[in-house]
Amino acid sequence: MSALLEVRNLVTEFGKGLGLLAVNGVSFTLDRGKVLGLVGESGSGKSVTGFSIMRLLDKPGRIASGQILFDGVDLATTSEGEMRRLRGKRIAMVFQDPMMTLNPVLTVGTQLIEAVLAHEAVPKEVARQRARDALGLVGIPSPEERLSAYPHEFSGGMRQRVAIAIALLHRPDLIIADEPTTALDVTIQSQIISEFQRLTEQSKTAVIWITHDLAIVSRLADEIAVMYAGRLVETGSVAHVLGTPRHPYTRGLIMSVPSQNRRGEPLRQIPGITPAINRLPPGCSFRARCDRATEGCSAMPELSWEGARAYRCFHPVEGPTHER
Amino acid sequence: MSDETMPPMIEARNISRRFGAKPDLATKIALKLRLAKPPSTVHALDDVSLSIRKGEVVGLVGESGCGKSTLGRVIAGILEPSEGQIIWRGKDRNSLSPKERHAAALATQMIFQNPMAALNPRMTIEDIVSEAPRAHGLIPKGERRDYVDRYLRLAGFDPTLKGRYPHQFSGGQRQRVNIARALAVQPNFLVCDESVAALDVSIQAQVINLFMELRERLDLTYLFVSHDLGVVEHISDRVAIMYLGRIVEEAPVEEVFRRPNHPYTQALLSEIPRIELTRRRFKAIQGELPSPLNPPKGCHFHPRCPFAMERCRVEAPAKREIAPRHWSACHLNDENVTSAGIGAIAASGASI
Repeated sequence: MSALLEVRNLVTEFGKGLGLLAVNGVSFTLDRGKVLGLVGESGSGKSVTGFSIMRLLDKPGRIASGQILFDGVDLATTSEGEMRRLRGKRIAMVFQDPMMTLNPVLTVGTQLIEAVLAHEAVPKEVARQRARDALGLVGIPSPEERLSAYPHEFSGGMRQRVAIAIALLHRPDLIIADEPTTALDVTIQSQIISEFQRLTEQSKTAVIWITHDLAIVSRLADEIAVMYAGRLVETGSVAHVLGTPRHPYTRGLIMSVPSQNRRGEPLRQIPGITPAINRLPPGCSFRARCDRATEGCSAMPELSWEGARAYRCFHPVEGPTHER
Repeated sequence: MSDETMPPMIEARNISRRFGAKPDLATKIALKLRLAKPPSTVHALDDVSLSIRKGEVVGLVGESGCGKSTLGRVIAGILEPSEGQIIWRGKDRNSLSPKERHAAALATQMIFQNPMAALNPRMTIEDIVSEAPRAHGLIPKGERRDYVDRYLRLAGFDPTLKGRYPHQFSGGQRQRVNIARALAVQPNFLVCDESVAALDVSIQAQVINLFMELRERLDLTYLFVSHDLGVVEHISDRVAIMYLGRIVEEAPVEEVFRRPNHPYTQALLSEIPRIELTRRRFKAIQGELPSPLNPPKGCHFHPRCPFAMERCRVEAPAKREIAPRHWSACHLNDENVTSAGIGAIAASGASI
């Protein structure tokens, strides 16, 4: 069976010829029903990758080259009409801020019904039923009454549930979730993730979970892809990437999480800051912050494959990270 | 480390803070005549007490809306409590002489979550850092440049860049400027309100390390307000956990993380996302934080608590010392259930 989504050498550029490559040669595949954790810090290009797949890039952003094969269709070049048929129906997106998805002046019911009718010609009463069931499914109490409530009448966690209900409405093949729980409290975050996990498993939906939080993807994902300055620097299974990371950046990220350190001791930090995308040094982008860098790193390392995992480094790290 | 026999550096005693519109004359008359409903008030803090000793790092944890930032602000002195006292070095802050009050205010500084919002975008870094110490006459004549450089360097910020403006720096760098500005008035007590929450993981580690290093070098005391238990566990000596305007548990950090007593603390700890190599289902505590406009009667946590009893619905539990220096406000501790017993129930309990 071929993969549901295959991204090949995706390059997303902001402004023609300015060299602002937010996504630079990213490739990965995703099978049906699997969860990919796309991890990176702000400015790494992880969200732009998600927006590129949805073809929702704001100008002057554009896909400069590469292919995004979704069930055989190349989303990078397909018509806008075809994208409109796919979006919301077969590919859905959940954003960090649910207010971005929801219209503040329409009731939640109106918006859900609209989303049903956008892709299916059913009587309005049926659409309303579907909308109500969708709200119930994501754990919103008394869905019938809540249909006539406005977004501001919901708490942040409940709003995100509504956004997830809309995303799941047509049982899409792929959901792109862009930091959907970052703005929420820990207890609400766990609720949302557990609902999300249950529902996508039921409907065999593939998920790209975009986040900076390694702890979440460690429990949620099948595969992890780590991005740094627009490029994939490491990819593989959760056990590989988080258990025995090869790239010094991945290792640094894992080690700098407080729970990976002994109390009272300084955290093992990555020195320096992420370079601006328009002032990347030649060669490996991480080299200025890397303690393993040598002269040779002024050339760009290619992805080296080791079975099902890959990393972009001349001096890969050996051994596990877990010391505690 | 802090000395337990010393009197606290700062102490909040029975602080309550309510937010709500003050009724004007017309509303007052309408209220008298029962023509209007009483205005709704938010009970952000409800009879909260917390003391911090010199040299101590106290972590204040809770979910959004629980009142942790309000308590931080009241302790920092930028917000007046509706009721209760703030004791600064043994004296009620309201009874201090103007001069003492001034010194107390200067000795306490705050560092906020959003480093950009806290910096004036039209001032250079040098002006931002030097403004307060100049106003307070802390800079010896002719030493302004050295003075600013010293504090920028202390915060790990390259002083050669001090002629630039805040927007030219990344979030982590801006937070360093905020720290330098706070340190420039030579405080000994810092209130950090979610000071690392907006930073990327790798930058967050740098700033946490900076806070810990500064504590050693400058002998600082911290109140560290955060929703992030991982960060709080790492940096604090003692932790207070808040729920809907009340402190529900307070204990040394190892004690809280090893033997959490209050059902809310136990639930919160089980939610800390940690890096794990096996895929695991997320389990979640049920329900949401109730509205502080209309908090539940009795124990505020009872609607979400798996062990709630009849008594929890009517009577608010008092804070009790259940082990040395370990305080918890839960009726279960009166029911002849040892804390180990509660832990066992929690471990077997279905859906925390």
